[in-house]
Amino acid sequence: MATVKFDNATRVYPGNDSPSVDQLNIDIEDGEFLVLVGPSGCGKSTSLRMLAGLEEVNDGKIWIGDRDVTDLSPKDRDVAMVFQNYALYPHMSVAENMGFALKIAGEDKAQIRERVEEAAKILDLTQFLDRKPKALSGGQRQRVAMGRAIVRSPQVFLMDEPLSNLDAKLRVQTRTQIASLQRRLGVTTVYVTHDQVEAMTMGDRVALLKDGILQQCDSPRRMYDHPDNVFVAGFIGSPAMNLVSTPVVDGGVDFGTTTLQVERDALAEAGSRVIVGIRPEDVELTSEGDGMAIVVDVVEELGADAYIYGSAEDAAQVDSGEDDDGVKPFIARVDGRRPPRKGETIYIKPQEGHLHVFNAESGHRIGH
Amino acid sequence: MPLEISAARPDPALLDLPWSIPLEEWPQDLLAALPRGISRHVVRFARLSGSVIAIKEIKADIARREFQMLRQLGRLDQPCVEPLGVVTGRTDAAGEPLDACLITRHLQFSLPYRVVFSQHLREDTAVRLLDALAVLLVRLHLVGYWWGDVSLSNTLFRRDAGAFAAYLVDAETGELHEQLTDGQRAHDIDIAQVNIAGEFMDLEASGVLPEGLDPVVMAQDIVTRYETLWHELTEDEWFDSGETWRVDQRIRRLNAQGFDVDELAIATDLDGTRIRIQPKVVDAGHHSRRLLRLTGLDVEENQARRLLNDLDSYTAATERQGEDEEIVAHDWLNRIYEPTVRAVPAELRGRLESAEIFHEVLEHRWFMAERLGHDIDIREALDDYLRHVLPGKPEERSVIDEERSS
Repeated sequence: MATVKFDNATRVYPGNDSPSVDQLNIDIEDGEFLVLVGPSGCGKSTSLRMLAGLEEVNDGKIWIGDRDVTDLSPKDRDVAMVFQNYALYPHMSVAENMGFALKIAGEDKAQIRERVEEAAKILDLTQFLDRKPKALSGGQRQRVAMGRAIVRSPQVFLMDEPLSNLDAKLRVQTRTQIASLQRRLGVTTVYVTHDQVEAMTMGDRVALLKDGILQQCDSPRRMYDHPDNVFVAGFIGSPAMNLVSTPVVDGGVDFGTTTLQVERDALAEAGSRVIVGIRPEDVELTSEGDGMAIVVDVVEELGADAYIYGSAEDAAQVDSGEDDDGVKPFIARVDGRRPPRKGETIYIKPQEGHLHVFNAESGHRIGH
Repeated sequence: MPLEISAARPDPALLDLPWSIPLEEWPQDLLAALPRGISRHVVRFARLSGSVIAIKEIKADIARREFQMLRQLGRLDQPCVEPLGVVTGRTDAAGEPLDACLITRHLQFSLPYRVVFSQHLREDTAVRLLDALAVLLVRLHLVGYWWGDVSLSNTLFRRDAGAFAAYLVDAETGELHEQLTDGQRAHDIDIAQVNIAGEFMDLEASGVLPEGLDPVVMAQDIVTRYETLWHELTEDEWFDSGETWRVDQRIRRLNAQGFDVDELAIATDLDGTRIRIQPKVVDAGHHSRRLLRLTGLDVEENQARRLLNDLDSYTAATERQGEDEEIVAHDWLNRIYEPTVRAVPAELRGRLESAEIFHEVLEHRWFMAERLGHDIDIREALDDYLRHVLPGKPEERSVIDEERSS
């Protein structure tokens, strides 16, 4: 087991002007589950591959434990890419399917059996060890494949979108299995996905990248409650945070008919406008004339809750930098028993203590 | 969503296939064979307009990606199966969506490794398969293709004058890069080693691996074979400025391995006393391209080598060394090659490919000559071969792996 350190790690592809991964700094703790997430082309896979030894590091270093692995070949790094391939061999037993890679590494029979049995216990496969894989269910076969990586007992597991070719049901099932398995094994794991739900549900910490630059690396809770910038605010959370550009006024920021109080010091360098962010579940319905007016376009009833999708009459939604398809609706989660009607104009404010404010120029968070 | 078939040259007969039925439940009468064993995806082989196609049920984005990847590899002249199309928008009778399908053309006269092993219990068969796979992997790496799932099951083998030529069948995990890093190549080789060891162990467990073959040693072998060939094709070489003949020697050496040099970097050190050469772009198929240019025959590399040798013998025997090569080749084609392959009765033509039959007839002639102690005319050898050898061989035009493992 080991820590992993990206130390100003940079990758520039030949012929490209800008780096695909730009001075990445992440310290991953021993036993931690870190998820690299971001839109396509953000550099998450490249970062993982730099750690695996599949991409060159043009600048900076990568450490596993106290070893500088920057120039080591993939084989010498003691990392395992999981799920790249998981063919099961029909004539071999489950135990043989799990342990054969150790045979290549020259381990003796007794040692192989011991490690296979250990892994089988963790994977709930003990009773199937002497059967042929044909007798297993789809989920059990997945676990045999995981077992193949586990028996090698690497210092670090690397997973690059391992669930992308599974169907929706098996994906959710396997997601849970991987997360709980990782916790039981306690092996440092770096996991790449483009899906923020996967990132938030699986990771101890989540590192969000955009254009090769790390935006924030924090616990899922912290990413959600305290996004460092507009991009993080818009990427994490589903449905996404509402982001509105609004003028700075005396004592705070303008919000429809009212002023939302923001500390004077915090706004000192903000300029004349800021971006305010409100999560759909942090929206409070107010009385007519108080706050921002929203015309309801769609009501989506989910039983206990309802989501309303509307348009703000006097404020435009801001593009957070994620791939944008036209004008975004303003989204609010409201009580499902008394939802507003389509076409109605409602007035809203953020709940106390749930306002995010960002610098309109830099996108950085203002205040705390 | 309506059914959509995207294909380079769509065959209207594709529309008649039962796309609203899950592939697993397709009626038997449509299928050319039913693969058994464990498969990551459902794969079926169906008959279509007189040929055999392979259909894989898979998510739409992955199907489209693999289709494009196979097309790109084809354009780069890499040996791989030909993609025919992608079917999306499938729904079953109840209107529930079904996965997309990737359709590829079955490679005629190709053999899955399990079939090769169940037919020939010879030790060197395994070695020849590994040789072919190493050549394929080197070729793919030279064009910047990272396979990601190198294995015998993801490869099909065609006979090639007693050896084999390998074709890539599964491009699901692959990526095409400008150039591969050493790390990417090393990863692919590592994957190959593990997969091949597993596949040989599986053959061992099913009792078809020839005795004396050690799966672990065989898997290590692919690494050595790959490294040797890669080194030969890409290493740089230093020599004194007076030894420029070594440039030519290097090119000849690569040609002998079946590769052509498209671009060669030559540099000198500061004072110009030493010269460095490094092949920049090499292309496989040196002999098959030459044969194609001379005769129009499109065959595998070793077959081409064999046929060119016979053409050389013909040229010498008819004392026409001074003549235009194309003209002699034309005569050899009309007088030797064509009459030989045309003499094969129609019912035996599905046994082996024409060029492979020609190669076997030449082999047969050599053995007959050795036994009888005098030269044998090719017609005599052919007659004996058609009577005693070919009828005993299995039909190989459309052999399908019935026991896939991936």
